[in-house]
Amino acid sequence: MLKTSCFSGVVALGLFAFFAAAHAATASFEDSIAQRTQACTACHGPQGRAAPDGYYPRLAGKPAGYLYNQLINFRDGRRHYGLMTQLVDPLTDAYLREIAQYFSALDVPYPAPLTTAAPADVLVRGKQLVSQGDLGRQIPACMQCHGTTLTGVAPHIPGLLGLPRDYLNAQLGAWKTGQRRAHAPDCMKVVVARLREEDINAVSSWLAAQPLPASTKPAVSLPVLASGAQAIDCGSAPLAGKP
Amino acid sequence: MSRLKKIMWGAAGSLLGLAALVWFLNTRDEPDLSLNDLTSSATAAKPDSAMVQRGAYLARAGNCMACHTARGGAAYAGGRGIVTPFGTVYSSNLTPDNATGIGSWSPAHFWRAMHNGRSKDGRLLYPAFPYTNYTQVTRDDSDALLAYLKSLVPVAQARQAHALRFPYQSQAALAVWRALYFSPGTYKTDTTRSATWNRGAYLVNGLGHCSACHSERNALGATDGLSLAGGLIPVQNWYAPSLTSPHEAGVGDWREQDITRLLKDGISPRASVSGPMSEVVLGSTQYLNPQDLVAMAQFLQSLPVADTSPSAPVGAVSKAAAAMGAKLYGQHCAQCHGDNGQGVPNAYPALAGNRAVLMRQTSNLVQIVLNGGYAPATQGNPRPFGMPPFVLVLDDNDIAAVLTHVRSSWGNRASSVSPLDVNRIRANQAP
Repeated sequence: MLKTSCFSGVVALGLFAFFAAAHAATASFEDSIAQRTQACTACHGPQGRAAPDGYYPRLAGKPAGYLYNQLINFRDGRRHYGLMTQLVDPLTDAYLREIAQYFSALDVPYPAPLTTAAPADVLVRGKQLVSQGDLGRQIPACMQCHGTTLTGVAPHIPGLLGLPRDYLNAQLGAWKTGQRRAHAPDCMKVVVARLREEDINAVSSWLAAQPLPASTKPAVSLPVLASGAQAIDCGSAPLAGKP
Repeated sequence: MSRLKKIMWGAAGSLLGLAALVWFLNTRDEPDLSLNDLTSSATAAKPDSAMVQRGAYLARAGNCMACHTARGGAAYAGGRGIVTPFGTVYSSNLTPDNATGIGSWSPAHFWRAMHNGRSKDGRLLYPAFPYTNYTQVTRDDSDALLAYLKSLVPVAQARQAHALRFPYQSQAALAVWRALYFSPGTYKTDTTRSATWNRGAYLVNGLGHCSACHSERNALGATDGLSLAGGLIPVQNWYAPSLTSPHEAGVGDWREQDITRLLKDGISPRASVSGPMSEVVLGSTQYLNPQDLVAMAQFLQSLPVADTSPSAPVGAVSKAAAAMGAKLYGQHCAQCHGDNGQGVPNAYPALAGNRAVLMRQTSNLVQIVLNGGYAPATQGNPRPFGMPPFVLVLDDNDIAAVLTHVRSSWGNRASSVSPLDVNRIRANQAP
């Protein structure tokens, strides 16, 4: 008798545990796009606010067209990262667009930039390239397309702030070697081809050390073209540089 | 005549005889290219649109586009590398470009490729193109497929040379392989079965080429016929589970609508697809009409049940490893798969009692934990839920422990997974 009651007690306890667990699981599950994109936020950080390891870039608040283009680029082999490629492979354009729009609409604060160990002259050179470019070597200013506050231009051009130096270096390097590509005509390829290694380092070092401006939202239109600057034809953002 | 000479003549004669046999086996049942076009239904100046549409549907059933399209490339223009243990085979251009595609192919040429595995120029084709299955496709269907392919926009894209190792790159070696493992066949209707069943068998064994993955391949890459008894896909290291085993992916006791739903949507109340099968559902089976899905379901249900025993029961697992597995499960898995492995219907698969979890072969489990993944975004499940990759978070010991925990909890009783099992898969992955 004692045995039986003990047994049923265990069963009851087991059942209770089961229901409690089922309840807990249901409570944490929601039928939402946030839930659906947990495969993304595991690396890109909660709400796509970038990962603690400083390599996986922020997704939150980036222009939707830019994010969508990157997803398509991974799928179509213009960007290479095995984990990304196999994640997006079984998904449709419509779903990828929804995912891009979801992360684009997230408005979450940026962390303060990391302190930089770069020498002052490197930072000066970086700032100069970012804001003015180098007319003599036909290098356009980053700001010409990425916006005067460097927060990007909707819907296709990404902001350049809030990204770790390692990530920026890796991307510019990948463009230089042809590992990273964009829709043709690939304007970034043309620009990066004109950058020397020390230019890339200067630009990345300076960008990574900048705090975000008060408004982190992408600009709605391109800045006015500086005198002497040339508009650039971009497949991913038709005629960037032409306001 | 000296004894040595006799032996030499004998050997030469046998070699000649063997070569003749290989030649005969490689050319049997080939169409007469000069005659066949006259009788083919595709010789009309312009095939009617119904035929083109039927061909488009059949191209889906065969998932031709998946292999004949390079990543980011023009559809059907070829160039995708199929990596095999013998090297890489590149798919050919199926668009109707005259110089680089099949623009100049006659229906008889196309039929000879499908039925006999020989290209228009006379080259023997590598069986990465599954003509070992397609040989069962009817001439009518072959003609419709060609009519559809000829209706595509021509793309000029030259065929990339295969990168196969010696001796696999030689036509002679391929001829020997074909003499051993390939004979042209036609689908033979089983008159004791219904028309629906026969249609299912025709689709599964022919265009569907299910056995290309769901059958074991031998050292020379030949499948064990049409057994569908499961096989490890070479190089990819995904295991295509047995369709005849009740412990793997056999569907003998499933409701018909659960089978058709799995093929149509990629998820069903009984299972969901992952890995290479996602590509199949995404590019092929989701487009099949309800009658054909029912036909395939009926055929699959009727497969003889193979006598395979379930996974070996749990071996001894150290207390420390067991505790680590349970802890990692709580940290990384329970949020979606539930504290009791119960999952969330239509979103996250249950792990308790899940055959995919309990199979003897653990490659797929390791793949899924390492790389995560989404179910295919189909018309019936357009916004699938996803699993994050853990390749950078968990090491081989962690993954072995958590998988061992999953395979031995909530009533699950399957053998443990070792760090070596995990490492074998991890080490073979492309970065």
